[in-house]
Amino acid sequence: MNEQQPQPAPSWEPRIVAFFCNWCTYTAADLAGVSRLRHAPNARIIRVMCSGRVDPQFILEAFARGADGVLLGGCHPGDCHYMEGNYKTLRRMELLKRMLAQFGIEEQRFRLEWISASEGERVKTVINEMTEQLRTLGPLALPRRFADWDKELEPLAHALASTEEAAHA
Amino acid sequence: MPGKQTNGEIRIGFYVCHCGHNIGQTVDVKAVAAYAEKLPHVVVAREYKYMCSDPGQELIGEDVRASKLNRIIVASCSPLLHEHTFRTAVEKAGLNPFFFQMVNIRENVSWVHTDTAAATQKANDLVRAAVHRVAHHVPLEKKHVAIDPAVLVVGGGIAGIHAALTLANAGKKVTLVEREATIGGHMAKFDKTFPTLDCAACILTPKMSQVKNHPNITLWTYSEVASVEGFVGNYTVRVRRKPRYINEELCVGCMECIEKCVYKEGKTSDEFNVGLSKRKPVYIPFPQATPQVVLIDPEVCIEFKSGKCKKTCVEACDRDAIDFKQKETVEEIRVGTIILATGFKTFDARRVPVYGYGKYPNVYTSLEVERLVNASGPTGGELILRDGRRPKTVGIIHCVGSRDKNTNRWCSRTCCMYSLKLAHLLKEHTDAEVYNFYIDIRAAGKTYEEFYDKLLEENIHFIRGRVAEVTDWAVRPSEEGRLVIRAEDTMIGIVRRVPVDMVVLAVGMEPQTDAGDVRRLFNISCSTEGFFLERHPKLAPVDTFTDGIFIAGACQGPKDIPDSVAQAGAAAAQALALIDRGEIELEPNTAYVEAELCSGCKTCLGLCPYHAITRNEELKKAEINEALCKGCGTCVAGCPSGAIHQHLFEDDMIFSELSGLLEPQPADCC
Repeated sequence: MNEQQPQPAPSWEPRIVAFFCNWCTYTAADLAGVSRLRHAPNARIIRVMCSGRVDPQFILEAFARGADGVLLGGCHPGDCHYMEGNYKTLRRMELLKRMLAQFGIEEQRFRLEWISASEGERVKTVINEMTEQLRTLGPLALPRRFADWDKELEPLAHALASTEEAAHA
Repeated sequence: MPGKQTNGEIRIGFYVCHCGHNIGQTVDVKAVAAYAEKLPHVVVAREYKYMCSDPGQELIGEDVRASKLNRIIVASCSPLLHEHTFRTAVEKAGLNPFFFQMVNIRENVSWVHTDTAAATQKANDLVRAAVHRVAHHVPLEKKHVAIDPAVLVVGGGIAGIHAALTLANAGKKVTLVEREATIGGHMAKFDKTFPTLDCAACILTPKMSQVKNHPNITLWTYSEVASVEGFVGNYTVRVRRKPRYINEELCVGCMECIEKCVYKEGKTSDEFNVGLSKRKPVYIPFPQATPQVVLIDPEVCIEFKSGKCKKTCVEACDRDAIDFKQKETVEEIRVGTIILATGFKTFDARRVPVYGYGKYPNVYTSLEVERLVNASGPTGGELILRDGRRPKTVGIIHCVGSRDKNTNRWCSRTCCMYSLKLAHLLKEHTDAEVYNFYIDIRAAGKTYEEFYDKLLEENIHFIRGRVAEVTDWAVRPSEEGRLVIRAEDTMIGIVRRVPVDMVVLAVGMEPQTDAGDVRRLFNISCSTEGFFLERHPKLAPVDTFTDGIFIAGACQGPKDIPDSVAQAGAAAAQALALIDRGEIELEPNTAYVEAELCSGCKTCLGLCPYHAITRNEELKKAEINEALCKGCGTCVAGCPSGAIHQHLFEDDMIFSELSGLLEPQPADCC
């Protein structure tokens, strides 16, 4: 999405949607809390039972609704609470990453991380890193782009409608 | 399938908790309540000091009745902590407990952020997400499963023994599985125990024989858990029982076979005496080993190596207990709960080469000294060094493999006290001068400090400083032929060289080498150090994240005997609580198939690790066995037709959470 890079408003802050699995990464985020590991306030966590529950559509939807980045956290390979859910996640997300690239969404905007229940420190590091990377990348602002594209299409739609009308007449 | 019933109009009650100052000092709680009040469907929005308190919970009930609420949101701590509390409160208020959503603004917000504006903004976003989500909640039935009253205890050290006995005394059937040929663990190797100086064997061996003789305990030593399947209340465990080449039923432990073995002297390093003595190929770990059954080490037994032994042992055994053809067997048991008490290993002192362990014969580890001063040890309790001398001066080096960023950062908690104990015993046995080199003396425990005081009166020397090295390089005549401990005495600020005859390394406690494999076997987590992770560091110290599996003793972290026993009792009590209730409530978060949408493509079949999904060949549709489904939701995300749903984590719930979270704000640039 290189063309017409939107200029961030001065108050702009990256918005990260974080899907965390209940057993490892969500627990790690709780541990980060209990250990008072201060980090960037940009991530909003959605808890799922397993990273395997995360439908790639959730991630696309998050971007479409205005997330600047999406973080997906699961248990380390081999440590999944549900034995192998995270492997299924890995498989899906490799495909999704290719698709995001084709959409022109920069690869730093989507991150898959294995964070175990004891790695509160890692939650902090990943959220901080990602926030900084997104700050450099700037807003993705898909909702506004969609609106702009709709606007661009409007005259075309009008033209098409009038041609059809003429043909009908 | 529960439909999209919404009970008509959605009426949300919203509660935000100050949690004392925990939330209130970072998040503007009043602003959050005011913000929530303006959100769609929110009828009541309140803030309260402690929502989890009784009056806090009662607020919900009052409002449900007065304002006809049908959805409840509480913004407070982590759902992992209090979701159950509030669901119960919601249920008490007369609503289905799943008409509830919790917002984590403590662990995820106030404890990790400092800027009030940003934290409040984040809290508002999360609240909005919950308001969107909760509208899609549907009533659900709680899922109950029965608990099999049988218990598996893994590890026969003091923690495993205590847990097994507690449960067995309560009338529960227990299987105790121990990897070694005898139970007793590390404690059986200790000479005396601090601070009372009780003889370890005297207090342990009665418990060991109780285990052996208890009608409710099945003791399987020389055995390891091979696989664990199932879930809380219904575990199927396969145990591999290694061959001892001795029929356990027939052997009475007379040890005639050991006496008559063709080996006149032992030639194999004796594991129980940590290598300080030799044993024969047929042996018993130690005189009070439980069970009192010998075993044959096929690695060194001539019959196994060449088949040409005279087999004097067979002749000696009048019970025909020796069986060279014995094979490994695998037994399958069904249990409802499991207690892991797999213990620790001592730090390998070779990892700190400057202390000379393995290089200088008179450098010992603490565990070796335990055996050396023990009356049934390799020297019969005589303190004779590897070079045949008796020490006149002994140096004990604390914190070897503990509190050290080069090895292990944690304090092993027991070394200070056992070093004091060993100092006392060494003094008693040899009247030697004993020097303790310590960083801090950590004598936190009942009558521990008093024990330290007692030692000070016994003229034991204490030098505060981490030891730099142990060397045999003499620079003074008094150091010739001895070991020299070089350390800074931080109390007087000089570097000291203390010549000694014997060095004792107070090695720390580490996770077992295979702790990683064991935790995978039982599907539990480890802390970064590798000790098993408890569900909550304060409030659930013996629970794990896997229901029905509990941990006790040093597998959870370094601890001494009283703490291990206390934890073992706690773990047994937790298992008992489950067993006596008879059933456990499970999250009703299982997956289900919407048959009309299912195309019968079988994609989901391969995704389920529990084989909970089958294809009904007649209907050509997938079917999910709810009893087997554990609710991960992997099939839900994988279904190409969108025909599989997950209770509590429905697509529309997550999409609405997203729409709420990312709703355009006035502050947004567009």
